[in-house]
Amino acid sequence: MDWTALRVSLWLGVGTVVLLLPCGMWLGRLLAVREFPGKLLVEALVTLPLVLPPTVLGFYLLVTFGGRSPLGQAFEAVVGQSLAFSFQGLLLASAIANIPFVVQPIQRGFESIPADVRDAAACCGLTPWQRFLRIEVPLAWPGILTAAILTFAHTLGEFGVVLMVGGNLPGETRTLSVAIYDRMNAFDDRSAGVMAATLLVTAMATLTLTTSLSRRVVPRRG
Amino acid sequence: MASRTLSVTLRQHGPIPLDVGLTCDAGDVLAIFGPSGSGKTTVLRSIAGLYRPEHARVISGDDAWTDTASGFFAPAHRRAVGFVFQEYALFPHLTAVGNVVTALGHRPRAERRPRAEHLLRVVHLSGHLDRRPAAMSGGERQRVALARALAREPAVLLLDEPFAAVDRGVRRHLQDQIDELRRTLDIPLILVTHDFDDVVRLATHLLVLQRGQTVAFGPLRSLMSRPDMTWLRDAVGLGSLLDAVVAREHPSRGLVELEFDGGALLVSQSSVTVGTRVRLRIPAREVILASRPPEGLSLHNVLSGTVSAIHAETAVDHVIVQIAVGGVLLLAEVTRDAIATLGIVVGMRLHALIKSVSIDVVRTGATDAARSE
Repeated sequence: MDWTALRVSLWLGVGTVVLLLPCGMWLGRLLAVREFPGKLLVEALVTLPLVLPPTVLGFYLLVTFGGRSPLGQAFEAVVGQSLAFSFQGLLLASAIANIPFVVQPIQRGFESIPADVRDAAACCGLTPWQRFLRIEVPLAWPGILTAAILTFAHTLGEFGVVLMVGGNLPGETRTLSVAIYDRMNAFDDRSAGVMAATLLVTAMATLTLTTSLSRRVVPRRG
Repeated sequence: MASRTLSVTLRQHGPIPLDVGLTCDAGDVLAIFGPSGSGKTTVLRSIAGLYRPEHARVISGDDAWTDTASGFFAPAHRRAVGFVFQEYALFPHLTAVGNVVTALGHRPRAERRPRAEHLLRVVHLSGHLDRRPAAMSGGERQRVALARALAREPAVLLLDEPFAAVDRGVRRHLQDQIDELRRTLDIPLILVTHDFDDVVRLATHLLVLQRGQTVAFGPLRSLMSRPDMTWLRDAVGLGSLLDAVVAREHPSRGLVELEFDGGALLVSQSSVTVGTRVRLRIPAREVILASRPPEGLSLHNVLSGTVSAIHAETAVDHVIVQIAVGGVLLLAEVTRDAIATLGIVVGMRLHALIKSVSIDVVRTGATDAARSE
């Protein structure tokens, strides 16, 4: 059992959720309540990571993060290390790969709020921020929660993007799913089996938690 | 209180065409009546600041809310507006009290819950204050929506089809409720409806809207006594509105005597007591005209008056005759032939015959405000 890989996986999962949730709330709400030119294009871009093979996504991210790209050079100049094949680069790649998993459930959550309810909140004298925090977030909550848990679970299972962008550096970019592949190649079936079971149990636990939480949340909305 | 008058001008070509001008004084109920899609809700939303027409001016008392000429537009949450939405738009995750508390942000925190409970009592909702909207009936939701709209201490109360989602019995109670509020609040009240029954029961003033355009606007009684309101005849049939007081009861005859500014009428009504203010609607097609006082009829009501206007339309065979009876104007719908036979002309003295059972009696508090017309 590669405990370091498990730690990297968990940190990556938590980090991706923390990084992505605020952006996802902003973008999901924007797509749910506003009409603007180019909205269809934005929605297509949001969905793109879902249909693109992880290797294609990983390839472009690697090119973008690499030492010859402006982003890669800027990161190296500020932080002093390369963005590609680092945990930070992996985190950024994971966040981009997870955009559809966070934006879409949140968008559906905000879309489920009738326009009249938002208007009523304004007529109650609530400022836009008060409306967002006291009315919209509680009502879109099941969508937000689903987004967070899906993103976390999906990050644990991500393989292609991780391998392309992060490589396989122990303690830095070697996640549990990459470690399983690594052990399999080394004919260490026992370790691979233990880690596969760990991921399986984690995934099951996450999904059970999502379901039970959303059951507890949904009747409250009634 | 003139300082609470709401005055509104809205004009735009599209996407929703609008050409509306209205004013509403404190204590008055302005009904905006029109078919669906005529822009009624858009007018309310423009007043509340939820919609911004191309050219608009919304003034509440001394406060400008919208003035597109100077580019001023106060957002909805800065306007003292109470808005009851058509489907009530309650916050589904909050209880009855929670919904009302949400609109009490201007009050100190400790006062909010007691105040919310008080407001829910005002709208006659006392039990089950901790229930969520999903567990309430349509009528209860409407009452919570009303309490929430009042919580802001609004300078104007806007009601969008407030009775559309409740059944007939609940509707009567809620109409009484709104009438009670009108008398106690002393603010302009604007009611959007496509049901003329709401207009007759509650309104003091009427604005008729068609495709975003004002077709007619004014005090309800004077609009109702105009003989040339073709839209009204098509929509609900013409008929004059009279405000009257129950003067005497005749229980043995099953009748009550109503006094109005121009005479007295006997109607078959048992559930009203002496002194009650009522509003009468006399359908124009139920009024018979006679040039001499008739005798030997089973009729109780013969009103004498002078013909003040005759409105004949080439498209229809019927003619509307307007008769001044004391201080009220009565409408009668008769045939062209009857006009010729009786030789009816403006200024002629006539007798109007009305069957007791044809008179529609509506108990309403809107009558006392109607005097200010």
